[in-house]
Amino acid sequence: MARGGGGLGGYALRRLALVLPVLLGVSILVFGVMQLAPGDPAAIMLGAQATAEDVTRLRRDLGLDQPVAWQYLRWLGRVIQGDLGRSIPLGREVLPEVLLRFKATLILTGGALLVAVVLGVAAGILSATRQYTWLDKISMAVAVTGVSLPVFWTGIMLIIVFALGLRWFPSAGMLSPYGGGGLGDLLWHLVLPAVTLGTASAAVLARMTRSSVLEIIRQDYVRAARAKGVSERGVILRHVLRNAINPIVTVLGIQVGTLLGGAILTETVFSWPGLGSMMVRAIQARDYPLVQGGVLLIATTFVLVNLLVDMLYAVFDPRIRYE
Amino acid sequence: MSERAGAGADRSARADVVRRFRRNRAAVVGLVLVAAVIVAGALAPVLAPHHPDHIDTARRLARPLTPGHPLGTDEFGRDLLSRLVHGARISLAVGVAATALAALVGSLCGLLAGFAGRAMDQIVMRSIDILMAFPYFLLAVAIIAALGPGLVNGMVAVAIVNVPFYGRIVRATVLSVKEREFVEAARALGVSELRLSLSHILRNCLAPIIVAITLNVGGMITALAGLSFLGLGVQPPTSDWGSMLASSRQYIGVAPHVAALPGLAIFVTVLGFNLLGDGLRDALDPRLR
Repeated sequence: MARGGGGLGGYALRRLALVLPVLLGVSILVFGVMQLAPGDPAAIMLGAQATAEDVTRLRRDLGLDQPVAWQYLRWLGRVIQGDLGRSIPLGREVLPEVLLRFKATLILTGGALLVAVVLGVAAGILSATRQYTWLDKISMAVAVTGVSLPVFWTGIMLIIVFALGLRWFPSAGMLSPYGGGGLGDLLWHLVLPAVTLGTASAAVLARMTRSSVLEIIRQDYVRAARAKGVSERGVILRHVLRNAINPIVTVLGIQVGTLLGGAILTETVFSWPGLGSMMVRAIQARDYPLVQGGVLLIATTFVLVNLLVDMLYAVFDPRIRYE
Repeated sequence: MSERAGAGADRSARADVVRRFRRNRAAVVGLVLVAAVIVAGALAPVLAPHHPDHIDTARRLARPLTPGHPLGTDEFGRDLLSRLVHGARISLAVGVAATALAALVGSLCGLLAGFAGRAMDQIVMRSIDILMAFPYFLLAVAIIAALGPGLVNGMVAVAIVNVPFYGRIVRATVLSVKEREFVEAARALGVSELRLSLSHILRNCLAPIIVAITLNVGGMITALAGLSFLGLGVQPPTSDWGSMLASSRQYIGVAPHVAALPGLAIFVTVLGFNLLGDGLRDALDPRLR
């Protein structure tokens, strides 16, 4: 650890330095959303009934009469200070609105990630340790199927069967409107959306886990561990999984992006009060500050998750720090 | 003579690929599914028993196997089978067009990065990093926010999102091929850089690009259907499978088949392309198995 820039700390700093330009690029694209929009954003935001003076005033308030580069810098300066602007249709500040919604999105994405990891890694290990058996074939067939399922359809089908048919779970919302609100109530509402969103990622993870476990399982040191008399469970957990984990973590990082994106669809299907369903409505209402705030928050989260994944590599595999 | 031997090796390599593909049962199933959907779309006017937009309010939400409506009707009494086969045309056309656009632009970016020097490589690759910093579907939605909802904009959005995918594949292939002897030889013979990139390099990139495209079409179709489902893609009166699914949502309590069928169509199509893509990858490059 104390080896100059080569330790985990130095590695972390170098990775962090690479993240900043990416975040800057992200901010330029997010800023561009309003710039690229056809027509005068001020006139669009105010709607058809606005007078010419109103439009001029909003243009001035938004700084739309200034050069683009200057507008960007001013916008970025405000964003860094936590000022994401005001939503005109809602008549409220964007930041608190977006943060509140983001909490719901994180709950949903977290639940889906749990479904994906538990189902995916278990199915992958099971498949790899019983390669070419019927169990392996079935679980890989299910995985190919799972990858091809459109989340918005899976969600509706689960609602038809488990909410409308069997009445086991609610069909919409995050909490019961009356009498609910506890953790149990939240989890009860979370089951169907999390399974919907997590299934495809579980399938991808299962395939990745299977192939990386298969690669490790044939190595000499695994044979040595077996010969030494380590139990099969111990071999898989301590020797195989430990070494197969990096590709799995990589895929997991990518899947967080899939989940955050897929949450937009899942939230719409289940009327989940998250950022995604809010952004869809904001796009239809041409509420640019709200859209920008939502996109910026989710993209930043994803960039940070990827940074975390890179850090995890270095923790699991110390060789990486010195590359 | 050596040329003829080369052609023979080419042919037997191709025969190997075909043999490997045919032995893969999942891949053949994928090919059959994709072919079936393409045929259904192509023959839509023949297969459809009714005009897809013909409204018959007397027969709203009819069950499947109703006389005259083999798959039932939707909330306006429109024939579902007719709407599904016509929807296949839009979903397939838009999915394939978006994939082609992404593959074209992405490949050009990859060539540029691999060929036009370090500075250009940096610019292209850092731009790709920024695009990839966004979660896949979120970026498409953000681009729609800028361009406005619609079929063409949806296509452009989904294509842009996939540009990095092709850019990185082509750049990696260019970098590995560039160092090989035949490129050196061509350069010594005075073949210009541009011709070199277009003929020699692209030919070597072809297999990975074909595999990438096949694996990518399914995702494109899902993403575009997803945009339509949110009301951000295809706009009424045109409809694809995604928008059919969206408009049927309110009726799932009374007529679940109206929502089930368009989604099933998306699923079957995407599954077909994914199986086909997996099979092609295994057949073209057995090492990746």
